[in-house]
Amino acid sequence: MMPDLGKYAGTVLTAYGAAIALLVVLVAVTLWQGARTKRQLAEIEGRLAKGD
Amino acid sequence: MSIWEYANPKKFMQTSSWALPWVSGLAVVLLAVGLVWGFFFTPEDYKQGSTVKIIYLHVPSAMMAVSAWFMMLAGSLIWLIRRHHVSALAAKAAAPVGLTFTVIGLVTGAIWGQPMWGTWWAWDPRLTSFLILGLFYLGYIALWAAVEDADTAADLTSVLCIVGSVFAFLSRYAVLFWNQGLHQGASLSVDSEQHVSDIYAFPLWTCIAGFVVLFVTLVLLRTRTEIRSRRIRALMARERAGA
Repeated sequence: MMPDLGKYAGTVLTAYGAAIALLVVLVAVTLWQGARTKRQLAEIEGRLAKGD
Repeated sequence: MSIWEYANPKKFMQTSSWALPWVSGLAVVLLAVGLVWGFFFTPEDYKQGSTVKIIYLHVPSAMMAVSAWFMMLAGSLIWLIRRHHVSALAAKAAAPVGLTFTVIGLVTGAIWGQPMWGTWWAWDPRLTSFLILGLFYLGYIALWAAVEDADTAADLTSVLCIVGSVFAFLSRYAVLFWNQGLHQGASLSVDSEQHVSDIYAFPLWTCIAGFVVLFVTLVLLRTRTEIRSRRIRALMARERAGA
């Protein structure tokens, strides 16, 4: 299934590996920050609702 | 219905909540199809060999790095003129995404340039202006983090965004009027004689569409996070005032 990349195999695979790793980190950090902020907001809103 | 309705955070949260499953799904499909098509099912180029496959990551990421800055410019101008908080927060949300695309463009460009040009880097007008754009991204993110008052931060970063637009413009168009670099002109153009062959162009267009929709997905997600962070700050201030 893997295409024959010839003498540039290392070059092509390094470029794909680096780019995909950066994209995965970006998506993971975005999702993690989003989930953390949502949780914090729910906690504060819950605390304020109890206090009212 | 007016587009300014989406400047209301509540309306933005409702609409983005509905849109996110669709755009994120579309991004995954387009990127998967484009990258698999480009990597596995396109032939080697007669000059560049298999390195031509790097085009499916390098061109879309570089294109979106510049486009992200123009989107931030639009958000910044809307903030400066109409004072809509969501537009400033959307610009803030787009910056890390644009920075990541810039880094991908620089890294894949260097890896591709080494075997093709015989060098990792050249002080070529397009490359240099693109690097400076990356530094502007860093400065923009740092400025948001450094200023405590959100409205002041939005004002200052908007001005920085306007200044940085010069380098976003140069990154895209320097090759057209600054003929002293290594970087070639547009790979995809309706009237260009150097337009890439359709066998490469179709998967490339699919990857570009995938990067565009990925950008939209990430900006929607990050803007929602920024809106929630802003609400957290407001509620905590109210809590402190009531204590």
